[in-house]
Amino acid sequence: MSQWLAIDEIAAKVQKGELLAADLVEQALRTIHDRKEFQAVIATVAERARERAASIDAAVKNKRKVGRLAGVPFIAKDNFLTFGSETTAASNMLKGFHAPYQATAIERLEAEGAICVAKANLDAFAHGSSTENSDFMVTKNPHDPERVPGGSSGGSAAAVMLDMAPFALGTDTGGSIRLPASFCGAVGLKPTYGLVSRSGVVAMASSLDVIGPLTRTVEDAALVLDVMSGVDTLDSTTIPRDTDSYTKLNTHLKNKKIGIIKEYMGEGLNADVRDRVQAAIDKLQAAEAELVEISLPSLPLALAVYYVICPAEVSSNLSRYDGQRYGHTATDAKNLDESFSKSRDEGFGKEAKRRIMMGTYVLSSGYYDAYYRKAQTVRTKIIQEFAEAFTKVDFLLGPTAPQTAFKIGENASDPMQMYLTDIMTVAANLAGVPAISIPAGEIDDLPVGLQLMAPQRADRALLGIAKATERAIS
Amino acid sequence: MTKLSRDDVLKLARLARISLSDDEIKEFQGQISEILQYISQLQAVDVTGLQPTSQVTGLVNVMREDVIEDYGMSHQDLLRNVPHKQDGLIKVKRMIG
Repeated sequence: MSQWLAIDEIAAKVQKGELLAADLVEQALRTIHDRKEFQAVIATVAERARERAASIDAAVKNKRKVGRLAGVPFIAKDNFLTFGSETTAASNMLKGFHAPYQATAIERLEAEGAICVAKANLDAFAHGSSTENSDFMVTKNPHDPERVPGGSSGGSAAAVMLDMAPFALGTDTGGSIRLPASFCGAVGLKPTYGLVSRSGVVAMASSLDVIGPLTRTVEDAALVLDVMSGVDTLDSTTIPRDTDSYTKLNTHLKNKKIGIIKEYMGEGLNADVRDRVQAAIDKLQAAEAELVEISLPSLPLALAVYYVICPAEVSSNLSRYDGQRYGHTATDAKNLDESFSKSRDEGFGKEAKRRIMMGTYVLSSGYYDAYYRKAQTVRTKIIQEFAEAFTKVDFLLGPTAPQTAFKIGENASDPMQMYLTDIMTVAANLAGVPAISIPAGEIDDLPVGLQLMAPQRADRALLGIAKATERAIS
Repeated sequence: MTKLSRDDVLKLARLARISLSDDEIKEFQGQISEILQYISQLQAVDVTGLQPTSQVTGLVNVMREDVIEDYGMSHQDLLRNVPHKQDGLIKVKRMIG
């Protein structure tokens, strides 16, 4: 059992004066300190968190209105710009960087009274599937400290399951929220592309990046999404939110059509993971949902498409780190050109460099059409197959990952093997559809994640079916 | 299939403005070749009649008024993270000569 109540219950008690925001902040900070050996957190935001808690408690005392998340502590992945601590993206490049403004997502959560207490570890610049690519430290899986928490939002997922806060924020470019949720036993929501503003979040691959919550329950995820979502003039890719609250969930399973993705249930899937997914399918069927097998024949190409488009956009987005305006700068450069290349050599870790090099290759003259344009066109094919699938079923279902958490170091020297971890998550980013990972049992004490997807902008329906599934399989 | 030479890797590093150690050049030569091998499976895919996708939600030319908004930040706040500065400006190395 968690030491935290449901998020709406915490806020209700703070609003009524039955709980003090100051105590909640101390409880979070104490837990972070007591469990620091898991290395989930890069830095706390203690001073600012205490100040914010005091002002919320004072407002309650003076009968002023406080927000829907009043006093609720949370942890932000360290690629969100926040006040009160450095924002590093777990990279040597941004070590010592102080954000001049905050991410829109943080501003919206704070406007409703939530309190950021710490910044979570990640793979540097969110490049990775295990959080081993952090330039600072490796986060350990809460279920087995010899294993990875998944990535790149591994610190966020571990922090939630270690009870450091009721929720954490992550970013998901190819599975970076859902995979760590799956490996750590959390709920991880990747909303529709554009539903949550990315202003003030360190950009990775801009046609794929989304922001979402990591929580213990689907209901908590829905509430956090409800507060964060909607158009933001600071991010021109944002789309309008639902007019209804994302917390108004339809949890009826009867006659809901759910497609079991054939391509995710076959070769390469660990047999025990398949059993857990099948057990969930059986329970959904028992609850009178209608389950059918469905094929999206181009899904096996999704990872190859992703590993063209993602590095291409990464190489473009990371070109801003030139060592001149902010970030790491080389001290011994003789001229400007050398200052660029030495600053980038020293500030970027291996994975960032690998992706910049890959991206530069697929975008370079002579290869652009063969790789980048071709990948963008196969992306269209995948999008069309999703659209067609959603004419036949309401939701899609499959595992989040082909396996449970692997050992620290197991894939470290083989980037291609590491990339294969994302094989079941990248397609949702390519298609821009919402997807969620919820816990579906354990194998040898290691959590298994079940993934559900819905059509673009059907985030509320997805949360509803996820909540119903959570209830049916628990 | 696509196998990168040492010169290919050096050319990419130059384009991307990253100076690499000899070990990194060697390591990347093998690893990037392996990744290219994997993604080359896309070459065989039939995409007749399909257009490339760069934006998934159908937004086109999102415009806003070009107005100045006050974010309450001073010149000094904005220069806080600059590694080398002089007289309130960003200082860089010589570009020519």
